[in-house]
Amino acid sequence: MSGVDLTQPLRRKRVRAPAPSPAQQPWQRLRHWAGRHALLQPLAALALLLLVAGISVPGFFALELKDGHLYGSLIDILNRAAPLMLAAMGLTLVIATRGIDVSVGAVVAIAGTVAATLVLAQAPLWQALCAALGAALVCGVWNGLLVAGLGLQPIIATLILMVAGRGLAQLCADGQILTVYSPASFFVLGGGYLLGLPVALFVVAAVFIATQLLLRRTALGLFIQAVGINPVAARLAGLRTTALIFLAYVFCSLCAGLAGLMIASNIKSADANNAGLLLELDAILAVTLGGGSLAGGRFSLAGSLVGALIIQTLSYTIYSLGVPPEVNMVVKAIVVFAVCISQSTAFRSKGQP
Amino acid sequence: MSATSTSGQAGAGQSLAQALKQRSRAAAFPAQVALGLLVLLWGLGASHYTGFASLQVLLNLLIDNAYLLVLAVGMSLVILSGGIDLSVGSVLALSTMVAAWLLQVAQWPPLAVVAAVLLMGAGFGALMGGLIHGFGLQPFIVTLGGMFLARGLCYLISINSITIEDPLFVALSQTQIPVLGGFISPGALIALLLLALGIALAHWSAFGRTVYALGGNEQSALMMGLNVGRAKVLIYSCSGFCAALAGLLFAFYMLSGYGLHAQGAELDAIAAVVIGGTVLSGGYGYVAGALSGVLVLGLIQTLIAFDGSLSSWWTKIVIGALLFVFCVVQRLLSRRAAS
Repeated sequence: MSGVDLTQPLRRKRVRAPAPSPAQQPWQRLRHWAGRHALLQPLAALALLLLVAGISVPGFFALELKDGHLYGSLIDILNRAAPLMLAAMGLTLVIATRGIDVSVGAVVAIAGTVAATLVLAQAPLWQALCAALGAALVCGVWNGLLVAGLGLQPIIATLILMVAGRGLAQLCADGQILTVYSPASFFVLGGGYLLGLPVALFVVAAVFIATQLLLRRTALGLFIQAVGINPVAARLAGLRTTALIFLAYVFCSLCAGLAGLMIASNIKSADANNAGLLLELDAILAVTLGGGSLAGGRFSLAGSLVGALIIQTLSYTIYSLGVPPEVNMVVKAIVVFAVCISQSTAFRSKGQP
Repeated sequence: MSATSTSGQAGAGQSLAQALKQRSRAAAFPAQVALGLLVLLWGLGASHYTGFASLQVLLNLLIDNAYLLVLAVGMSLVILSGGIDLSVGSVLALSTMVAAWLLQVAQWPPLAVVAAVLLMGAGFGALMGGLIHGFGLQPFIVTLGGMFLARGLCYLISINSITIEDPLFVALSQTQIPVLGGFISPGALIALLLLALGIALAHWSAFGRTVYALGGNEQSALMMGLNVGRAKVLIYSCSGFCAALAGLLFAFYMLSGYGLHAQGAELDAIAAVVIGGTVLSGGYGYVAGALSGVLVLGLIQTLIAFDGSLSSWWTKIVIGALLFVFCVVQRLLSRRAAS
């Protein structure tokens, strides 16, 4: 798999050098052009989906200002996609280091339950939020130690927390769904508005900008990419691969914890059993849709955000069309297969002579 | 993976043989631990709770977990070959749904339904195996897609649960086969037969050797001239077949088809295989370990049920802790064997 990613830039360079000959098919030229702009494919998919939704759902693009808040389908999609976008950003870095984290949903449940338990015990809100993020941090450290320290396979290492995490969350909540009635400030993160837009969007934007700056303005992004392309070579080149992989898991769990707080704040309760159920799978799908390679080394934070939006738009459209929501799973499955096949080397080499 | 390369670097033939022997001992060790754990858990229950030591409690373990045993046998083959199959729980649910629909709505004869469901499961698995091999995709993501697809298809058939009233299915769910003063269900018997078949397939057939070779090192298997593609398709279709059979056993047990049946069963199956001593990176382990793994999981549940004061979520926590212990033991042993 590493060979694929290593040759990718080389092949692109070779293609770019000679101008496309007139004999080439137009779609091939388009393909070369699209190949250079990694974000183009997911954005095109999102645009197409929005177009379909706009045609089939009346009033899809309508936005209106009520009580100083913007309302409309688009805002709704953005707001509901926020937890998924956070989880997908965290997973992007983990997947970029050739890892996977299937415990995202469990961490969501843990963070939400810890926050709700403390709020119900009359603790100050900041304490509850810090404790929830602290719990997520501990989860991340645990995953990171297992993967980077012990060298367990990522999927198995995180499977442990996926199984036990929900049990721990239920233990913490004593098997109950915790409903939060006050303080009102608890509901700001998931349901509040700032400057007419949902607060959740500002949180996502802040995390995105901070992470993107950290990755692009420092060498961190390059290091993570190097680890994903070839961990051994990266280590021999002097990178502290263990520390990098460890940090990726910690970051992923922190993002998941924030998503958990957002979900708990939005539904005003913490459900240890169902909060964030299958969120990890949606997040993995979002990363793949955004152009990230599951084999590691190729990733795009912005792409993952677009991927999350694609998934949410799809769900929203299916709901608004009155199709049973369960059909969503079949559509997602078909999307997974289509994306995987189009990403595979076997398929790519068939298209390019 | 690193362990394989270091044992290759060991160089001289003798030390390589030694390393291999040590690695297979490393694989055998967790299997023995599982057996020890089984005895320990049973002893714990027998000494603490009255009525625990009866034979029927043990037989009930088999009856209640027959479907999980079948899933674990299929999962063993997949994990031994170095892959993973996340779709088994969903395929199980789809099988119960298809069986219920064919019986109740389409009014098919029960034997035809059984054949159709088993064929469907094998076909579903073969399709995923074909995708994994044909496009060189990761088993994880392909079977994840399969998981979504199978659950989604359940709901396309019906969102509600369908009750099965077919006389053969009802009879199979109520029959009690007497064994040594206790009884087991036909489902448990079928599961044990499948386990025997799985063991025979893995350890005494060319296909089984190919599975182990694939799990050891796919490149080497390819260079040895083994038909890797065919083996992969077969492995995943075996797993799909097992999932469909598990679905039928589940339908015998619950007498209904429902899209929410057996959620998370794939995780239980993976946990059972790991606790049974199969090494997750593939190549080392025994299909028989599936039985001890399933029994350990079942015993934990029974202990918690017997205790009465412990809540159900302790099952999840204990299973997670066991998974942790076994993974770490496997890892440390293979490290020591490698160095």
